[in-house]
Amino acid sequence: MAQTLFEKVWDRHAVRKLPNGQTQLYIGLHLVHEVTSPQAFEALRVRGWRVHAPRRTFATLDHIMPTRFERRPFADPMAETMASALEKNCREHGIPLFDPSTGDQGIVHVIGPELGLTQPGMTIACGDSHTSTHGAFGALAFGIGTSQVRDVLASQTLAMSPLNVRRVDVRGRLGTGVYAKDLILAIIGRLGIHGGTGFAYEYAGETIERLSMEERMTLCNMSIEGGARIGYVNPDRTTFEYLRGRRFAPGSDGDAAAFARACAWWQDLASDPDASWADRVQLEAAEIAPMVTWGINPGQSVGVDSRVPHAAEAAGLAEALEFMGFTGGQAIAGTPIDVAFVGSCTNGRLSDLREAARIVAGQKVSPRVRALVVPGSQAVAAAAEREGLDEVFRQAGFDWRTAGCSMCLAMNADRLQGREICASTSNRNFKGRQGSPTGRTLLMSPAMVAAAAIAGEVVDVRTWVRETDVVAN
Amino acid sequence: MSSRIERVSGRAIVLDGNDLDTDRIMPARFLKAITFDGLETHVFEDDRRALTANGGRHPFDDPARAGARILITGSNFGCGSSREHAPQALSRWGLQAIVAESFAEIFAGNSLMIGLVCASVSAADLERLRAAATDPTREFSLDVAGLRVTGGDVGAAVRIPDATRAALLSGAWDTTGLLLDDVAAIDRTAAVLPYVRGF
Repeated sequence: MAQTLFEKVWDRHAVRKLPNGQTQLYIGLHLVHEVTSPQAFEALRVRGWRVHAPRRTFATLDHIMPTRFERRPFADPMAETMASALEKNCREHGIPLFDPSTGDQGIVHVIGPELGLTQPGMTIACGDSHTSTHGAFGALAFGIGTSQVRDVLASQTLAMSPLNVRRVDVRGRLGTGVYAKDLILAIIGRLGIHGGTGFAYEYAGETIERLSMEERMTLCNMSIEGGARIGYVNPDRTTFEYLRGRRFAPGSDGDAAAFARACAWWQDLASDPDASWADRVQLEAAEIAPMVTWGINPGQSVGVDSRVPHAAEAAGLAEALEFMGFTGGQAIAGTPIDVAFVGSCTNGRLSDLREAARIVAGQKVSPRVRALVVPGSQAVAAAAEREGLDEVFRQAGFDWRTAGCSMCLAMNADRLQGREICASTSNRNFKGRQGSPTGRTLLMSPAMVAAAAIAGEVVDVRTWVRETDVVAN
Repeated sequence: MSSRIERVSGRAIVLDGNDLDTDRIMPARFLKAITFDGLETHVFEDDRRALTANGGRHPFDDPARAGARILITGSNFGCGSSREHAPQALSRWGLQAIVAESFAEIFAGNSLMIGLVCASVSAADLERLRAAATDPTREFSLDVAGLRVTGGDVGAAVRIPDATRAALLSGAWDTTGLLLDDVAAIDRTAAVLPYVRGF
């Protein structure tokens, strides 16, 4: 019978039916970080349980990492306590920890893919809602809470109910200066921030097939912002070529036959053409402009050439307009910014930094703007430095930092002050998200953030890039 | 096995607004801890401070609502971050159930894991329940088995997913023990996965 990827992967990981009707689902990869795991490890300790599959569990430090180099102990005592707790827990249970000394540290959703840990056909869980990122590979990847982290540590399984699959078809080409970030913001704007509740989103169509793996990661990353706990792209040649030779990928020891067997298994998991989807929607890529959020959730966005809505257009808009200091009907372009942040699990990868660097090369950050680049991982930082991107950013007036989550959620020292307004490549514009209860966030693509940093205000990046400059499209 | 949850009774607290995200419920700076202890004092902290500064009062600062057991709120409650700190804080504050038009999925899952009941009602019923809860002394009762919430002379049907309801009623909502009942079955499933076995 024809099946979706979701159904195929789910069936292969189903351990048994539980008495309440849920499925006990095997988790193929468990990613752990310092914020949502300490209470879970403590629960294991209290009950005398061991980690069931330490070889399927990998940890890193990301949320609390300072992004200016600090020797241990960290200046922030709570950051030090959390880092130490993770180190101790990983030691006790034999879990590999990618700390800064390994050169592999970074945001959990950046390092999983780049190390080849993330593979098609896996079930992947992590105590972080942006685990949906890994769906870019054709994995079922989803965020969980700390009690579920405890369950996965103890049993390598979760009690789950299956989701429906909504196929999101995107046709045509994204325009010049329009990126995967704009595409996902447009999808969320169209389907709503809770339109995805109960669904896994399957992104498909020629536009999606043409996206690079890093672009697919940006897309899947923000599925949860549309309410979909899972977003995925069917694995294809782009997926396989990305994985070839990566450290934890099959055949990375030179066994070409093993890699070929893996590719065959992965290919078989893709949704069958005659599978049935619970719902289907279609978007036209060419209709999408560079997007900017104007409100307090990621569904409140407009094209950069558009105006923010009037309060009367829908319930809840008045609160958002008031918090953001916008007047209904005003143009989003020209909004002055105070801070520019390039980074996060959404847009902290090498291709993101390249796109931003292309805009800022030879330019200067506006004197009224504080600008920083936080690479998603040590590997991203090293690769960017090999290309000289760090110098491009520094010369333009950006701070070049070390890897971590940073100002996406401001659990380290990087945060907005007062009512500052930030052009940000991150994923959430919730009230207070960037560390100041009254701080304001405008989500956009790395190229748009770079252009805003130079101009000191929101500008249409399409007027900054020439056709020939844009390789991504 | 955790305790069976068949009914939640007590006074209500009402929070207006839709799409209240978990950053609002529990700002990230309070996640800097290795336990959940004391989170209840910070629930909705930034919203509470902002309202107080403007001369208003947040429901969670209203002494008449202290000790409330049931939160009545809008749609898509708990969207955003998967932080369990949000339902943990609400539970430790004293809430045992949340009645809303709808819930974000991860939030609802996290709530079940700690025995915090999430029940959905229609928009029209939500308005009637809100009105009934303007009296802070009114007693409400949420019947998990009967899928009904009542407060004064207002009664409404609630929706709780079948699996969630079964877990609450049987006391199997604290899942770890259940998941470890058949370790051999777990290992059998893993052993045939090519990426576990080796390609």
